[in-house]
Amino acid sequence: MAQNINYRLGKSKSFRGLVIFFSILCTLPLFLILFYIIREGIIHINWNFLINLPKPVGETGGGIANALIGSLLIVFYAAVIAIPFGIMGGIYLSENKNSWLSYWCRLSVDVLQGTPSIVVGIVIYFWIVKPLGTFSALSGSIALAVMMLPIIVRSTEETLKLLPSTLKEAGLALGLPYHKVMLRIILPCGFSGVLSGIILAVARIAGETAPLLFTAFGNPYFTTDISKPMQSLPLLIFNYATSPYDEWHNLAWGAALILLLWILLLNIITKITTRRWKIQF
Amino acid sequence: MEVWKNIKIKRSFRQIRMEKIFRSSLVLIAISILVLVLAFMLTLIIQSMPSIKALGFGFLYGKTWDPVVNIYGTYPFLLGTLLTSFLALLISIPFSFSIAIFLGEYHPRGWFSEFLKNAIELIAAVPSVIYGFWGLFVLVPLVRSLEIKLGVTPYGIGIFTSSLILAIMIIPYAASLGREMIRMVPASLKEAAYSLGATRYEVIRMVVIPYAKSGLFAGVLLSLGRALGETMAVTMVIGNTSIIPKSIFDPGNTMASVIANEFTEAASTLYLSSLIELGLILFLVTVVINIIGKKVIKRFTTE
Amino acid sequence: MENTILRSIDFDAYFGDNHVVKKVNMDIPKNNVIAVMGPSGCGKTTFLRCINRMHELIEGAKTKGKMLLNEEDVYSMHPIFVRHKIGMVFQRPNPFPNLSIYDNVIAGYKLNGMKITRADRDAIVESSLQKAALWNEVKDSLHKKGTFLSGGQQQRLCIARAIAMEPEILLLDEPTSALDPISTSSIEELLHELKKNYTLIIVTHNMQQAGRVSDRTAFFYMGELIEYDVTKNMFTNPRDERTQNYITGRFS
Ligand SMILES: Nc1ncnc2c1ncn2[C@@H]1O[C@H](COP(=O)(O)OP(=O)(O)O)[C@@H](O)[C@H]1O
Ligand SMILES: [Mg+2]
Repeated sequence: MAQNINYRLGKSKSFRGLVIFFSILCTLPLFLILFYIIREGIIHINWNFLINLPKPVGETGGGIANALIGSLLIVFYAAVIAIPFGIMGGIYLSENKNSWLSYWCRLSVDVLQGTPSIVVGIVIYFWIVKPLGTFSALSGSIALAVMMLPIIVRSTEETLKLLPSTLKEAGLALGLPYHKVMLRIILPCGFSGVLSGIILAVARIAGETAPLLFTAFGNPYFTTDISKPMQSLPLLIFNYATSPYDEWHNLAWGAALILLLWILLLNIITKITTRRWKIQF
Repeated sequence: MEVWKNIKIKRSFRQIRMEKIFRSSLVLIAISILVLVLAFMLTLIIQSMPSIKALGFGFLYGKTWDPVVNIYGTYPFLLGTLLTSFLALLISIPFSFSIAIFLGEYHPRGWFSEFLKNAIELIAAVPSVIYGFWGLFVLVPLVRSLEIKLGVTPYGIGIFTSSLILAIMIIPYAASLGREMIRMVPASLKEAAYSLGATRYEVIRMVVIPYAKSGLFAGVLLSLGRALGETMAVTMVIGNTSIIPKSIFDPGNTMASVIANEFTEAASTLYLSSLIELGLILFLVTVVINIIGKKVIKRFTTE
Repeated sequence: MENTILRSIDFDAYFGDNHVVKKVNMDIPKNNVIAVMGPSGCGKTTFLRCINRMHELIEGAKTKGKMLLNEEDVYSMHPIFVRHKIGMVFQRPNPFPNLSIYDNVIAGYKLNGMKITRADRDAIVESSLQKAALWNEVKDSLHKKGTFLSGGQQQRLCIARAIAMEPEILLLDEPTSALDPISTSSIEELLHELKKNYTLIIVTHNMQQAGRVSDRTAFFYMGELIEYDVTKNMFTNPRDERTQNYITGRFS
C-alpha cells in the first residue's frame, strides 16, 4: 500500500517535471530565432543601411530604404482603410447582439479571420490588380486591410460590449443623438481596448508576406506612388533570403531584425495601452 | 434661455438627420462585411470554374502536376499539406498542452509564468517570413546533418523541416486556448478529487483534462487551421517540387506553397484556374475547421 | 386638474409578452414632486422610462396608450426633443467617465453640436452646479474627471447635467438608493429647491422618503396604478387595501 502511494506520488512528480521540461523547451526555438536574427542582423544595420537602396548583385553595401518606406506606406494605407470599417462594424455588432444580420456578420468576421493569407492575395489580385492592369501598393494595402478588419471588428465589439449599458442610457436620456453617444462617449470610454486592437492588428499584418506576393509585388527601386508596385520588408526578406547571393542575404538579415524590432515595439505598445489608458468607472 | 430653445431645436434637426445617416451606415457596413466574404467565395469559385469544368474530381487525385504539358493533378500537394500539417500538429501537441497545463493548472501566476506567457505571445507575433528565413539558414543545415546520420538523402529542406517550423509557429494557438479552458475547470471538482486522495497528476488526468477536453480539442483544430494555410515559412523550406514525397525527409509542396510559387508565372487559363481551385479548397477547409473550432469554444464557454 | 404638465392615458408597457405597466392613467401637475412607490418589480422604473421614451431602447419592449406632455403626445415627437424636455437621473450615478466635471455638465449642449460662447458655457455650468448644490465643492476642480467624486457628488453631478438642458420635467429613478444617508439627505434637500423650477417625478421604495419629499404619491402594484393622491392623504387615509398593506409594511 505504502509503495503504491509512493509510486503514485512519484508519477505525479515526474508528470510535473515533464510538463515543466516541455514548457521550457518550447521557448528554446524562440530564443534561437531571436539570437540568430539579432546576431546576423545587427552587424549590417547602420545609417547607410536605412537610407540607401539595395545595390545590384556583386556590389557590397546598399540598404533597404525602399522596403522600409514601402512597408510603412502599405501598412499605413491598410490601417486607414481598415480602421473606420472595423470600428463601425464593431459598433454594429456590440449594439445588435441577436439580429439576423449580426449573426451572419459575425460569422463572416470569423471566416475572414480564418482565411489563409495567400487566399486573400489571390482574391485581391482579381479585384484590384487585374482590373487596373498592374501590381500596386494600393492593392497590397487593400489585401492587408482585409486581414486587419476582423481583428479590429472583434476587439472593438468585445471592448464595447463590456461597457455598462447605463453609460449609453445616460447619453441618450440627455437627448444626445445616437451617433454622438456612440462616437463621443462609448468609443472614448473603450478607447484603450479599441486602440490596442488596432495596434495588434497592425502588428499582425506588418510582417505579412503572402498577401503581398500578387499585389504589392515588390520593387527594387524607391517609390511612394501607391499605384505602382512597391517593395516591403517582408517581401524583401523573402526575395533576398531565397536568392543565391551573400550580399542579399546580409540585407535580408538586417531587414529581418528591423521588422522584428518593429513588431516587438508594436506588441509592447499594445500591452502598455491596455494597462495605461483604461478608463476608471 | 429662450434663445437656447431655438438653437436647440435648429441644431437638433441636423443631429436627427446625422443620426439616421449613422444608423444606416452601421447597417451598411455590417452588410458590406457579409458581402465581402460572399464575394470572396464567389470570386474563388468563378475563377476556378475553368479548372473545375475541365478537370472535375480528377483534379484531386491526379498524381501529376506538370504545367508544361497542361496536366494538373493536385494529389502531391494535398499529400504534402496533410503530411506537414499533421506532423506539425503531432510535434506541437506535447508542447502546447504542457504549456496549457503549466499556466492553467500548476502556475497561473508568478514571474516565470508571466515570462512564459510573453514568450508564447512572441512566438505568435514573429512573422512567418522570419521563421522561413531562420529555418532556411539554421534549421536546414541541422536537419541535413541529421539526415546524413539517418542515411537518407540529405536534402535538408523538405516535409520534415517544414513540419518543425510549422510546429513552433502553431504552438501558441493551442497553448493559449488550452490554458484558458483549463482555468475554467471549477475548483470544486478538483477539490472533490483531492479529498478522495487523488494525486495532482490523477486530478489533472481524471478531472481537468476530461473537463477541458472539448476546449483543448478546439485549440488543436485552430492550430490545424493555421498550419494548413501557412504559406511563407513552408514555401521557403519545403523544396517546392511537384513530385510525390516518398518519405517525410523528401522535398515537396503544399497547396499554399505551390500557389505562392507559381501564381505569378501561371500563363495559361487552366494553369491559373487550377491554382485558384487549390486556393478555393484551402479556403473552404480552413473556414470549416475554424468555424467548428469556434463553435466548440462557444459551446464550452457558455455551458 | 389645473396646470397639468404630463398626462398618461391608458398607458401600457410590455417586455415582449410580459405586460408590466397596465392601463395607467395619471395627471401630473406642474412644479410638483411626485413620488412613485410600490414593491420591487411592480413596474415603477418601466413606467418612468416610458415617460421619456427610454423604454423603447430595450429589445422587444413595446408601449401602448398616450403620454401627453403639455397636451402633445411624446410618442409623436422625436425622442431627442422628448429627452431635451424630460431629463432623467438614474439609480446609480453615471457621469461620463471620459469627460471632466465641466464637460459632463455641458455635454448636452456640446455633444449636440450647439455652438455657444465660452461665457455662456461657463454660465450654464455654474448655474447648473449651483442648482445641484455642487458648485462650492467642485468649483476648483472643474477640469478633473467626474468619476473622482464621491457617490453623492456624482449623483448631484448627474442632476446638474440633466438640469443644464433646462428640462421641464426631471425623472429620478431611486436616485438615493446607492448612496449613504448623508448624501441622501443632501439630495432630498436639493429636490425641494428644484421643485421651484421643475416638475419632479421620483421613484422610491422608501416610504419615509416619499413622505418627506413629495406633494403627491402614486402607488403601483403589479403594473397597475392602484392609488394616486396627495401624499398626506395617501399616508393617513389610504383608500385601497393594498396601499394600506404596503404602507403598514405588510409586504414590501
Ligand atoms: N430589461 C428587461 N427585460 C425584460 N423584463 C424586464 C426588464 N426590466 C424589467 N423587467 C420586468 O419588468 C417588471 C417591472 O420591472 P421594473 O419596472 O424594473 O420594476 P421596479 O422598478 O418597480 O422594481 C419586472 O417584473 C421585471 O421582471
Ligand atoms: Mg426599479
